[in-house]
This record gives sequence, C-alpha cells and structure tokens, in this order.
Amino acid sequence: MARGSVRREVRIRRPAAEVWDLVGDPARVHEWFTGIVSCTVDGTNRQIVTGSGLSLSEQILTNDPIQRRFQYRMTNSLFKEHLGTLDVIDLHDGTCLVVYATDADPRTMALTIGGAAGSALLALRERLEGAV
Amino acid sequence: MGRKILFVTTDQQRYDTLGCNGGTLARTPVADRLAADGIRYERAHPQSVVCMPSRATMLTGQHPATHGVWMNGVPLPVDAPSVAAVLHDHGYRTALIGKPHFEPFLDPFLRFTENAIAQQHGTRPPNGTHRGFEHLEFATHTPVGPLHYARWLLTEHPEAVGFFYPVLDGALQVNAAGDGDTGAPQVHVNPVPREWYHTDWVADRTIAWLDSLDERDDWFCWMSFPDPHHPWDPPQSELARIDWRDVPLPAGYPADAGEREAILERKPRHWKLWYDGSLVSNYEAPAEWVPATLTADQVREVNARNAVECELIDEALGRVLAAIDRRGWSADVDVMFTTDHGELQGDFGLLFKGPYHVDALMRLPLVWRPAPASAPSPATVTAPVGLVDLAPTFCAIAGLPVPEWMQGKPLPVDDSDADRRGFERVLTEWDSELFGVGVYVRTITREGWVCTAYRPGTVHDGSEGELYDLTDDPLQQHNRWDDPGLRSVRDDLLADLWDNQPPPREPRLQVEAPV
Repeated sequence: MARGSVRREVRIRRPAAEVWDLVGDPARVHEWFTGIVSCTVDGTNRQIVTGSGLSLSEQILTNDPIQRRFQYRMTNSLFKEHLGTLDVIDLHDGTCLVVYATDADPRTMALTIGGAAGSALLALRERLEGAV
Repeated sequence: MGRKILFVTTDQQRYDTLGCNGGTLARTPVADRLAADGIRYERAHPQSVVCMPSRATMLTGQHPATHGVWMNGVPLPVDAPSVAAVLHDHGYRTALIGKPHFEPFLDPFLRFTENAIAQQHGTRPPNGTHRGFEHLEFATHTPVGPLHYARWLLTEHPEAVGFFYPVLDGALQVNAAGDGDTGAPQVHVNPVPREWYHTDWVADRTIAWLDSLDERDDWFCWMSFPDPHHPWDPPQSELARIDWRDVPLPAGYPADAGEREAILERKPRHWKLWYDGSLVSNYEAPAEWVPATLTADQVREVNARNAVECELIDEALGRVLAAIDRRGWSADVDVMFTTDHGELQGDFGLLFKGPYHVDALMRLPLVWRPAPASAPSPATVTAPVGLVDLAPTFCAIAGLPVPEWMQGKPLPVDDSDADRRGFERVLTEWDSELFGVGVYVRTITREGWVCTAYRPGTVHDGSEGELYDLTDDPLQQHNRWDDPGLRSVRDDLLADLWDNQPPPREPRLQVEAPV
C-alpha cells in the first residue's frame, strides 16, 4: 500500500471563529505552522518555503469559512498524490477541535507532513491559549 | 583533575562481531585490548532495539516508557534530562561527535533542533549547550541533509556525495536495492576514499576536539560511529579484507528454507508474516523487500561488509586512543564501548531489525575499560545489565551522585558486585504504530531465560509470547512459551516483568516523522 493517511488533532480553549481567523487564512500559514518560514498566495496557488529552504507548490482546493474547512494539495513531483485537510470544529462550549489530516503517496510523506502538522497544532494551542 | 570519559558507540552492531566476544570474522584488536584490560559484559541489553529510543535511554538513563521516545520518529524533548548536562554542570567539557539521533533525520521543515543547529550554528549550540553538550559535530549513514559530515563532504569533496548508497528510495522508503555481487539489499560499492568516509571523519573530529582542550580539563566525549548500521557500503578500497565467498554462514541462519520456516512458525505470527512479505510492521527495514528471498550468498556478503565496517571502527578507535595517549591522558580515561542495538544479519533468514527480541538484536557488545589510574581488575560480567545503566555509570566515574531521575544503576565491576547490588533482570520494550499496524512487546531477561509478552495489537491478541532457555537454546530457535512443563517459569518471569515496568510518560509523545 503506497498511500498513507495521518491525522492529528488538538482541542483549543478558544472560540472556533477566533482559531479559524488564523488557520483559515492561507497567507498566514507561516505564522503558526512550525517549519514553514514564508508563503505567498496567488489565487488558488500557494508557494511555501520550509526551514530547510525547500520551496513547495500547493493548490488550494477548499476554503470554506462556514464549515471551517481548508483543503490543499501539494503539487511537487515528489508526490504522486497529496491532500491536506484542516478542520476547525466548534464544540459549542467556547472551545474547538482542530483536526489536520494528511493523505499522501508516498506514504512516508504523510507521516512527515502529518507529524509536522501535529507539532504545529500543539504550538498553535500554546499560542492561542497563551494569548488569553 | 578527575577521570575523563570516552563513550564510544556504534550503530546496530552485534555482540558476536568483536573478537573478545568470540567473533572470528572482523579483527578488532583495539576493542579486544580494552576488554582484556577492563570489564566485558556478556549479557548487556538495550531497552529498545531501534536507534532513537535506545539512544535516548543512553542519554537519560531512563527506560523508553519514561523518557517517552517509544519508537523511531518520536523526538526526545529538548529539555529531557541528560547525563551530559549533569557532567557539564560539574565542570566537564562535553562533546557529541558522530550520530546523535535523538530527533528524526527526515526533516524537510528543519524543525528539529539537532538538524537546525547543524545547519545554522556550526559546532557550538546557540545557548551554550544542547542536551548538555557544548560541542556538536554530527554525522549519519549518508552524506545527505544538514548534518556536519554531509556539509563537510559537500564542501570539501562534492564529487564523493554521490558515491554513497541512497538509504531511502524514491518513495522515501528504506531502499530495498543493492548493487553488490549478490544483490543483497543495502549493499553498495562505494568508491569513496577511506579518509573521507564517516568512520574516519568521526575519529578525526574527535581527535580535533580533544586537541582543542586544556590539558587539565575533565571531559566527556560521546564518539558515535554511524556504522556498521546499513547501508553496507564501506570504502571499496577496504573490501579485499574479507572475501564474502569465504564467509561461513552464521550459526543463526539455517541454510535449509524448510528448517528456517519451521523455526519461524514456532514464534508469534508477525515473524513469519514479515518473512513472507505479508506484514510490514515498522519502518526500519525495506518495505519492498521480502526476507524469504534472502539467499545464503547474500547473508555472506552482508556479513563480510559488516565485518569490514567493524574493522574500520576498531582502527578509528585505535587512532583516537593514540591521540589521547599523546596528550598524556591515558591513565585517567575511562573508555566505554557499546552500541545502540543489534542486527539480525541473517539469523532466522532475516536482516535489519524490528519487533524481534532475540540475541541478534538484544545482546550487545559492552566493554568498560576503567581509567588505569583507578587500578581496575579485569573481569567478565555474566549478570544482565542494560544501556539504562550507562548514564549512572558515567556519574559514578565522575564521582557524582546518581540523579533520582535515572532508572539504572552504575554498572557492576564483576559478578560478585552484580549479585550484591541486585542485577537480576534487564527489560526491553517495543511499541510501534505505523500506517495502521500496531505492535507492543515487553521482554524480561533473567536467570538464563528470555521471556517476551505481546500485548494486543494488529496481529496479536495478547496471548502470544516467546520463552527461550539461553543455555540450552542459545540461538532462540525453540519457543517454549506453550510448554506446559515450563508454565511456572513463564508465570514467574511474567510476574517479574509486569512488576518492574517503568512508569510511563504522560501524555504520550507523538510520532513526528518516519525516522
């Protein structure tokens, strides 16, 4: 099986709308995703630069502020397939669940990106809850 | 001035690759001399049979459950306790030269500290120390990525970067290809000149750091060779040392396929499932490689290459000891030689490593040559000890109390000392979860028995296990788990195993990369 699927999630004690304001803005990903140092957005195309200097092209597929769902695809030749899905789910108690799913072929990249996303979510929680 | 400590580790080296342990393939006179002058341990086990958890145990003196690095790909927190920090806080100069692997290597985001320090800060960590080390020069198995050796080779000898074997394939899986004489996986003809190979580089950089110290400094140097871990691609110039065609098959490799498979059938299911290519439970072996295809000649070639790498390490260690002697320090230096885990290397028709708690992976070379000025008595210790005991030993060598957070004890100096201080058992654990496959293993080695229990996982229901009599069955080919005549032995070992489980870190750390 070449394809891998990795999911990471974190509960953040801040309102879903507040969290979505940050993570739903594709041009601000470098502000919260540890290891992404810059990004540019042009329409549905996003270019990110990682801490190692790697430049990766992405295509934004979904940016739905009502469902609070963001989806994108990495389009570099390294991937046969990639889909990243970020959901912010309102728990209706002033907190939310942020879920980051990474599907990729080769599957090693699912763990590489998904693992980084898990770390980024923990940093996001620390940043937002620390801002209370 | 106190005692100085040279901590020498290799990666994935079997017990029987040293001459002093009965090995006949590789010539290891330097390690053999250390053993003759010091203490040789015959039953030293790791607390995990893969790199990151095992190395974290060596640094922290804690079991994997407690330090939290429960499988490769889980980074050891940067603020984890460290024996190097203890020593540095008490005036020791400290260095880590060679393979660290407390954090993942696969790091396109450059978010792991070891990789970032190597790329951005040279040899001195930005806050003065990193995990207690004031000097860092890192290497791994290939010259790719941000580590110091890769950057050095790329700068000084860029033409040689492509000489090495690509450990990962195009899908970033562990590579199953090989271009030696037999097609064995991870065997490669490497035309790199010996003096540019990472083994000699690690020794060179160690000597350079030692030469930078003041004569009166006390120091702790962890010299960490990436070999003889695969890929088996030592410098081509050295291959003539051992002709693989002359290499006898290991005792643990039954040449008859039927016999091999019968042995595997007596073990828990995942052994045979991996052999058949039906189950890939972990990232440490090529996913595309089916062990059942391994040939006798491939086993010979892998063992020959491995032995060449062991010889190069031994010679590199000899150069470092000569440099220490030139500084006039020899009488005051403790040398500890070991590895992080073993290698199947043909046993049972398998290569590499995984959730297989047998001597191939668990019985390690461990030699402690105490500082000659301490007038040590040469000894052989047969009692079980663990890598968890190394950090406390370093504290004891330095004359420091063992911190409460360390879970091991200073190594015994002989069997009487072991008896007196209760070295009865050694524990090893394995947890892995990779793309839907979970394996959870706990092992106790005590009084000549190895007992392994499998917790419920993807292919285990919690009732499976392994029980081996190390005296009657040194190759662990006859699983006695279900032998009714040994039920009381098994029950006693299991009770001891569960009674002595280390406290787990909470919450559990996340897997952040494949390796």
